[in-house]
Amino acid sequence: MKALIDSEISRAHTKPHIRGFRRPLMAVPVDGIIKQSTPSSSLRFAFGNVLAFFILLLIGVLAFSIRLFSVIKYESVIHEFDPYFNYRVTQFLTKNGIYDFWNWFDDRTWYPLGRVIGGTVYPGLTLTAGTIWKVLHSLNIPLSVETVCVFTAPVFSAFAAWAAYLLTKEVKGTGAGLTAAVLLAMVPSYISRSVAGSYDNEAVAIFALIFTFYLYIKTLNTGSLFYATLNSISYFYMVCSWGGYTFIINLIPMHVLLCIVTGRYSSRLYIAYAPLVVLGTLLAALVPVVGFNAVMTSEHFASFLVFIVIHVVALAYYIKGMLSPKMFKVAATLVISVGLVVCIGVVAVLVAVVASSPTKGWSGRSLSLLDPTYASKYIPIIASVSEHQPPTWPSYFMDINVLAFLVPAGIIACFSPLSDASSFVILYLVMSVYFSGVMVRLMLVFAPAACIMSGIALSEAFDVCTRSIKYYISKLSESLQTDAGDIVPGNNTSPQSDVIKTDKKDDLLKERPSRKNKKKEKENIEKPSVKSKTEKRPLVLPVEASIFALFLIILLAAFYVIHSVWAAAEAYSAPSIVLTSHSHDGLHVFDDFREAYAWLSHNTEVDDKVASWWDYGYQTTAMANRTVIVDNNTWNNTHIATVGTAMSSPEKDAWQIFNSLDVKYVLVVFGGLVGYPSDDINKFLWMVRIGGGVFPHIKEPDYLRDGQYRIDSQATPTMLNSLMYKLSYFRFVETDGGKGYDRVRRTEIGKKYFKLTHFEEVFTTHHWMVRIYKLKPQRNRIRGKTKKSKSKTTSATPRSGTTKRNPWH
Amino acid sequence: MLAKTLFRTPDISQHLRLGSILLLPREKTRVNMEVFVARSRLTLILSLLALLSLSFRSSSSLPSSPSELQILTAERRIDLASHIIRVVLTLKVQNDGASPASNVLLAFPPPQVKHLALIQAAEITGKKKKKAVHPLDVKPSDHTDGPNGAKFFSISLRNPLTSGGSVSVEVSYILTQSLEPFPVEISQSEPQLVLYRDSSSILSPYAIKQQTTVIRTPSTKVESFTRVEPSSQIRTELKYGPYVDQSPYSFTPILIHFENNNPFAVVEELVREIEISHWGNLQITEHYTLVHNGAKHKGGFSRVEYQSRPSISGVSSFKHLVAKLPPRVHSVYYRDNIGNISTSHLRTSYSKSELEIEPRYPLLGGWKATFVIGYGLPLQDFLFESNDGKRYLNFTFGCPIAETVVNKITNKVVLPEGSKNPSAVVPFSVDNRAETKYTYLDIVGRPVVVLEKENVVPEHNSHFQVYYDFHPMFMLAEPLMLTSVFFFLFVAAVAYLHMDISIRK
Repeated sequence: MKALIDSEISRAHTKPHIRGFRRPLMAVPVDGIIKQSTPSSSLRFAFGNVLAFFILLLIGVLAFSIRLFSVIKYESVIHEFDPYFNYRVTQFLTKNGIYDFWNWFDDRTWYPLGRVIGGTVYPGLTLTAGTIWKVLHSLNIPLSVETVCVFTAPVFSAFAAWAAYLLTKEVKGTGAGLTAAVLLAMVPSYISRSVAGSYDNEAVAIFALIFTFYLYIKTLNTGSLFYATLNSISYFYMVCSWGGYTFIINLIPMHVLLCIVTGRYSSRLYIAYAPLVVLGTLLAALVPVVGFNAVMTSEHFASFLVFIVIHVVALAYYIKGMLSPKMFKVAATLVISVGLVVCIGVVAVLVAVVASSPTKGWSGRSLSLLDPTYASKYIPIIASVSEHQPPTWPSYFMDINVLAFLVPAGIIACFSPLSDASSFVILYLVMSVYFSGVMVRLMLVFAPAACIMSGIALSEAFDVCTRSIKYYISKLSESLQTDAGDIVPGNNTSPQSDVIKTDKKDDLLKERPSRKNKKKEKENIEKPSVKSKTEKRPLVLPVEASIFALFLIILLAAFYVIHSVWAAAEAYSAPSIVLTSHSHDGLHVFDDFREAYAWLSHNTEVDDKVASWWDYGYQTTAMANRTVIVDNNTWNNTHIATVGTAMSSPEKDAWQIFNSLDVKYVLVVFGGLVGYPSDDINKFLWMVRIGGGVFPHIKEPDYLRDGQYRIDSQATPTMLNSLMYKLSYFRFVETDGGKGYDRVRRTEIGKKYFKLTHFEEVFTTHHWMVRIYKLKPQRNRIRGKTKKSKSKTTSATPRSGTTKRNPWH
Repeated sequence: MLAKTLFRTPDISQHLRLGSILLLPREKTRVNMEVFVARSRLTLILSLLALLSLSFRSSSSLPSSPSELQILTAERRIDLASHIIRVVLTLKVQNDGASPASNVLLAFPPPQVKHLALIQAAEITGKKKKKAVHPLDVKPSDHTDGPNGAKFFSISLRNPLTSGGSVSVEVSYILTQSLEPFPVEISQSEPQLVLYRDSSSILSPYAIKQQTTVIRTPSTKVESFTRVEPSSQIRTELKYGPYVDQSPYSFTPILIHFENNNPFAVVEELVREIEISHWGNLQITEHYTLVHNGAKHKGGFSRVEYQSRPSISGVSSFKHLVAKLPPRVHSVYYRDNIGNISTSHLRTSYSKSELEIEPRYPLLGGWKATFVIGYGLPLQDFLFESNDGKRYLNFTFGCPIAETVVNKITNKVVLPEGSKNPSAVVPFSVDNRAETKYTYLDIVGRPVVVLEKENVVPEHNSHFQVYYDFHPMFMLAEPLMLTSVFFFLFVAAVAYLHMDISIRK
């Protein structure tokens, strides 16, 4: 059975090379002639297709189920930070409907500014989950919104695997497609973003990305306007889903340009590209968050430029066909000389327009893509996010594992022969490698490319090895049976007429005629097909080498599977709001975040404002339903800097800043008691940096001792007096009998005994991971105590200086 | 006119007290003394007035029949150990009238009626070893003309009491939310003190020859109690009486101020959904809104004190609750709307299951928490077939969590799709509604019997029955629907594959 599958894959392989050329010509007779050499193929394809269908089904199941580790090991819950926002938006959508969703002004966040959610959010994911929920409810399947959200990502990763199959099939045939699909189904990089509960844009967007590429290649191979339209719609879905759509709208023009430059222009290329730009841009502009950006920002200029170029080229080809070669030469020189002048003028205007805008028309995130050091130099808020950092080599190995080694082999396989489709895949790979090197988050875009390339490489290698073995076996059997050759040609010619008809419909009608012919044909014609192939491709390895190579390939694949399962189970399935640790007395659960959020939601007033560092904004609004000052949608740097300034100011100043923002509670995350490393003290440098970037009286050197943020006895007084230090370590020393040992920083804290004058501890969770403080009300002025008030006025003089620091006064 | 002021007397004294204390909170102890003196004087005067007025009115204002009865001995035991007040009243009633009496009336002051959760009565016959208990029927009486809006409950005796005959009746009733925290707000380090108001003598429409009242407090820490001689405190018991020859409607307000650190766990709203599946499962989902109804927490909450000194810090708070679930319970979950709550333990045994749950955070006074408990049960333990072919569900009514008061409970019994004529039999009065619920693949919807009741105590955990008609064929509706959908899907696929719909030939 194994051998049979292998031969199926290898058989399926040879076809698309031919198809790539044949399709656009609609050359039906040629089809038949080519197919004559493999008369048994219709049955084998029929069987192969059923097999491929079931393999795909299993791949889908695999992709879905490998992502369920998080539900099984932890629980069915939304993960991390951004998914909580998406979940909240989905809840709003299902409760209030689509029109309210578009007009939703959220007053629970960015107090007192608020945020227009409908116009600033990529709605694809939300609408998808909302639609699924609605369909299920119309069928009386009362799944909760949460359940739908939790399982959206695994479902879409199954879709993504199927899309990868389709794309790779267009490039290199079914075998490579299946291999790529199975690789993508469990590539750790994608798993990290799409485990059950990781309800984020990327989960849906990767599917949309691959599917858009597939439709582009499909259009390119067929020249069908139908697929071109589908392609625009798929692109629209991608625009709805993720900001990464700019990758598509830059990559496809690049590929078009590449085709034109290498002389591969054809009407198919025009059909694949022009409708995408026109329809795609129009559709993209419908998405509120994109709007006029679709024509106004520099990210989209490349597509319009290439749109002009392709029209010029098309015109040139058209005129070339009309005029005689000599006339064409004259016309060309004329046009080029005039055109050059015009072009220079246009470009000059364009450059002037772009240069006049402060960021040169590029958004900060895009700029940091082009210049990897841009963000760390200029925008601390982008640099402060760990997923915006450049990746390290281990992270490549962690995220794509053996694919990193298979990719070069895939590139080589794509060059033999180089088609439009394979050149696109190569370009995709190269670009995504670059982007993944800039930002670890974009490893996600690179992963599908790596899977496709590795799928091609693996299936090609498999192909060669199995072919060699089969060749060896056939030679062996030939030498044993001398009369075997007589039977073969007889069978070879008889069903010819059927085959011609069969193959023509083969792709259009899903193998139906071949089903009808099933009984007529027999399954004994393996040898001639092998023979014909070996004649076509002389690359045959020695049998021992190929068996050994096969063994190694399977070993490699097994290693990849083991790694992926490990990554899915251990590394990427923790929901980050619940932490667990294994100790000698069993599993210990740290559920402090939800403890704090539940406390906030039940025991504070509905309109109370909670200030925290922006990381916890989404979670606070979603789980505690309280108004926050800043959240993970970091659109207003000044506002975040205000909170950063408050956190790094002394208590009194911080109280004034928070009071002017109507803040009632301050929430800090503190890991010192249990050793939770990503707490607010470790994030403190970003508060100082971002705060100091806007309010210059916060100076980073004040917090540094020997170039380090320290909280031990060496810490600077500014550090020890900052609000963050005080709120984190308030009465911490009493937990371990006077030592105050911080388990994250592995040191005793610097200032152990102190009191809070303007804040009051109102809640601390069981493991001290979240501490909530309340702003004390302003103290009443006490009458009759003139002496004290006098001393206060004297001490108030320096304080009036500090009040000026308050950016809200 | 005088009688109208009767029940207001405790209120007046309260106003005086509260007012004076609120004015000068820092000099509390001194004021307490003053107030105590003032109050006892006041109550003495008022009770004297009350007695006078009653002796005036006894002949004219009361309905004719009760006066013919009199109570020979009355003993009242009030248990203030938890926040649910359980009172046992043992009466020996004698008929002095000529005609036989079939009813005995009980009177309650209006504030108590509001908080009265349950009242039961039984007739006691025999003594010591031969003691037998016969439950009696208690109904709210339509007598509305008690002084100051006193409400009556009427006990129907088994046999009418003949002239001169006597009978022993034991009445037990439960009061909820009658302990008033004072001070209203406490900080983390303070114990919880509460006030209990009642009368030293039993409010009754009949004259009582001899009566005693014993009040049990949870600890010896009693700040103060109204002295109505003879009264005494022996360890955790306060004894009032014996008082002799009290006229009808005598009422002497007493006020007991004592420490009670028991968890004041109140479920503000409990929605239980009991879903019957004839495939063998009974699924119960309970939505709780829990609140600590004791003295409100004031100021900050210090975790370090709470963890290091649990005996003096947050003594009135509670961390965990125990829910008693039926035996053979399975797939228990405990979560709230932001996910699973990991702090719970399930102990199952042959006779019962105990689920120990901890809310996400300890509940201090006034803090709230919401959560959901869900579990499955084997259907054969709870669903039976009655003699007339109807099926009935036999399930407990109340809240499974021990020692909690439920302000409002809603039991929703979801019957399987296709069942008809649902009817509920509940041993006490409830509001009954019908609804329809649509869940997995329902077409006509499932009938839901909704039973609502307010002020529910653990004693309400008795069984109720829901009867309905059901044909077993309906069990197959959904599997058949699913299979037919797939069948038609495959038929369509086959048909499509056998059709040639291409235009080009």
